[in-house]
Amino acid sequence: MWSLTNIANSIHNWLNEQFSPTWALIFEMVIAGVAVIGLFALLGLILVIMERKVSAWMQIRLGPNRVGPKGLLQSFADTLKLLVKEGLTPGGADKLLFNLAPVIALVVAMLLMAPIAFAKDFQFWDLNIGVLYVSAVSSLMVISILMAGWASNNKYSLMGAMRSGAQIVSYELSAGLSVLAIVVLTGSLNISEIIYSQADGWWIFKGHIPVLIAFVIFIIAVTAETNRAPFDLAEAESELTAGFHTEYSGMKFALFFLAEYVNVFIVCAIGATIFLGGWMPLHIGNWEGFNHAMDYIPSSIWFFGKTFFLIFVIMWFRWTFPRLRIDQLLNLEWKYLLPISMFNLLLVTAMAILKWHF
Amino acid sequence: MYRNTEIVYESSQNPSIGGAGEAGDLVINVGPQHPATHGVLHLVLTLNGETIKKVEPHLGYIHRSIEKMCESLTYRQFIYVTSRMDYLSAHINNQACALCVEKGMQIEVPERAKVIRTIMAELTRIASHELWWGAMAMDIGAFTPFFHAFREREAINDIMEETCGARLTMNYMVPGGVMMELHPDFQRKVKDFIKQFRDKVHEYDELVTGNIIFRNRMKDVGILSKEDAVSFGCTGPTARGSGVSCDIRKLYPYDAYDKVQFEEVLETGCDSLARYMVRIRELHQSISIVEQLIDNIPEGDFQAKTKAVLKLPKGEFYTSVETARGELGVYIVSEGGTTPYRIKFRSPGFSNLSALDTMARGSKLGDLVAMMGTLDLVIPDIDR
Repeated sequence: MWSLTNIANSIHNWLNEQFSPTWALIFEMVIAGVAVIGLFALLGLILVIMERKVSAWMQIRLGPNRVGPKGLLQSFADTLKLLVKEGLTPGGADKLLFNLAPVIALVVAMLLMAPIAFAKDFQFWDLNIGVLYVSAVSSLMVISILMAGWASNNKYSLMGAMRSGAQIVSYELSAGLSVLAIVVLTGSLNISEIIYSQADGWWIFKGHIPVLIAFVIFIIAVTAETNRAPFDLAEAESELTAGFHTEYSGMKFALFFLAEYVNVFIVCAIGATIFLGGWMPLHIGNWEGFNHAMDYIPSSIWFFGKTFFLIFVIMWFRWTFPRLRIDQLLNLEWKYLLPISMFNLLLVTAMAILKWHF
Repeated sequence: MYRNTEIVYESSQNPSIGGAGEAGDLVINVGPQHPATHGVLHLVLTLNGETIKKVEPHLGYIHRSIEKMCESLTYRQFIYVTSRMDYLSAHINNQACALCVEKGMQIEVPERAKVIRTIMAELTRIASHELWWGAMAMDIGAFTPFFHAFREREAINDIMEETCGARLTMNYMVPGGVMMELHPDFQRKVKDFIKQFRDKVHEYDELVTGNIIFRNRMKDVGILSKEDAVSFGCTGPTARGSGVSCDIRKLYPYDAYDKVQFEEVLETGCDSLARYMVRIRELHQSISIVEQLIDNIPEGDFQAKTKAVLKLPKGEFYTSVETARGELGVYIVSEGGTTPYRIKFRSPGFSNLSALDTMARGSKLGDLVAMMGTLDLVIPDIDR
């Protein structure tokens, strides 16, 4: 069976046979770096073209259709354009923070990639506090946005950053609490253990209505956390021109753009892992034949299918809903989502203690 | 650099920010280039955090001196310039000028021309309201409605293109009637459009009007009381959203409006939602007007016989019409020559914009954008 450990070990052994240990280590680092950056770029490109096609489909138009077959290479062309574009730094900007912010955004997104299981036995880092790690690292995202907003020396950027700060910090709570519901049911923070606990059924089916509520809250909260419409107040095109990245251009802008899309991928992957069973195939009770047939579909397809379904849902939000106002946004979190998710967590705890779930 | 200029700006008693702002005030320029102003409007906002303390519109970025230009053009020529004022109501602007010249010359317009003018004016109103609807939704962050609105508007643009040859700066109304005979396919095309519109208009309500986020953004926001609406001289849907009855088509009917049944749309909410609902309901009224007229275009001339050179008698002439944005008044002072001595347009957008400060004070920045959307500002109309 293919597994990340086996592949890594065979590459490691082969390199050590061919080169001295020092060179082998250097090559391994290069390979890992290129692989991560390549994965990143690929994800970004796929998600950008997907967003454009989905939006075109919803808006009765064709979308990009000139570069490559059916316009699929459009995002390569866009990336090339951004690469060769001059990266301006405004005169009054704090140069260090201004240039650091997009890098931090990207690094945070990269760090978040570590504990995600892309397929069976295909996980970069199966640490025992996976869920905690994800929620801890994802909150670093706000730092890059605040930095970008402050360092740009632009009032629009500053307002966007301040909005974003209030927004991400608040919605973190709901996202965390709704993930905790599953942690309570599973009794583990480890991502792979959470996946294995869903071998006989995904939590969204096993956990009755409380888990369904947690799932809905999770989707709303992560949409807000990733600054996607209808919660895109940090960018709020019609109000703040482009919010925190007003002053960014060229590759620095592209890094923010990439980080945004990779963040969307990551939160959807976490949602798919925790609520929809990650790479676990769909199993229904005692239907042996059906379960067996489902097992034939590769685990990576299950994982990416679920993740891209959630990504589609989040894109669907973006192209349907108008934007909330800042006070309505915070009201929604503090007056509705947070109390509901707290109460919901109590329900889930009672359910876990009384073993009411399947 | 920018920080330095800002300090100078605030300490120099600059009238553009209403004297020195209080400590902690954020003075922010929205425009002249900004996605929400739909043109080159410049707003100087004084903010306390997100809350608006003051809105000051600065005009003049697209001033083309249309009134002065009109004074050197003959009564046949000056009409064409007015398509560039409120470019979304081009036909209605032309109609206003034609009516004013006809009033001065006492030209009797044939019935056929009157009906054609009314149909074209109502189609223009529908196209304008549709564009407004899309832009309004875009202002509050929903992109998709824009494309849905353009789908219907495109059908009207096609009709206009076939009838008068242009899609944006249209010219069709002339003193004495309309410029040329209708396109033979006109009636069929308009009926097709009405059918398409009736099929699709429910999407507007499903996508935007009924949306809970949208309603929360619009309800009780941007309050413009009836008294304020009157004192600022607001007209059109902006004033009718505050319950002021001001529809020129109903109060002083011109062309064929006295022959059709329609209702003056009034809402009493005084808020952004009321102004929004007025326009949405007006769409249905306009469709009904077009439906009543399209099968009843009388036979006859499309233009009255007029002299080659028009000369208005000495005196002052005023007519007003209802454009998609409100009351457009045309005031001509004639010395008896072939060109107007003085011409003045009373544009609806200018008065409506003046109410923005009263509406916006105390609300959030995001709401300002929504309010500007409900005012349906067309900048070349404000700044002629």
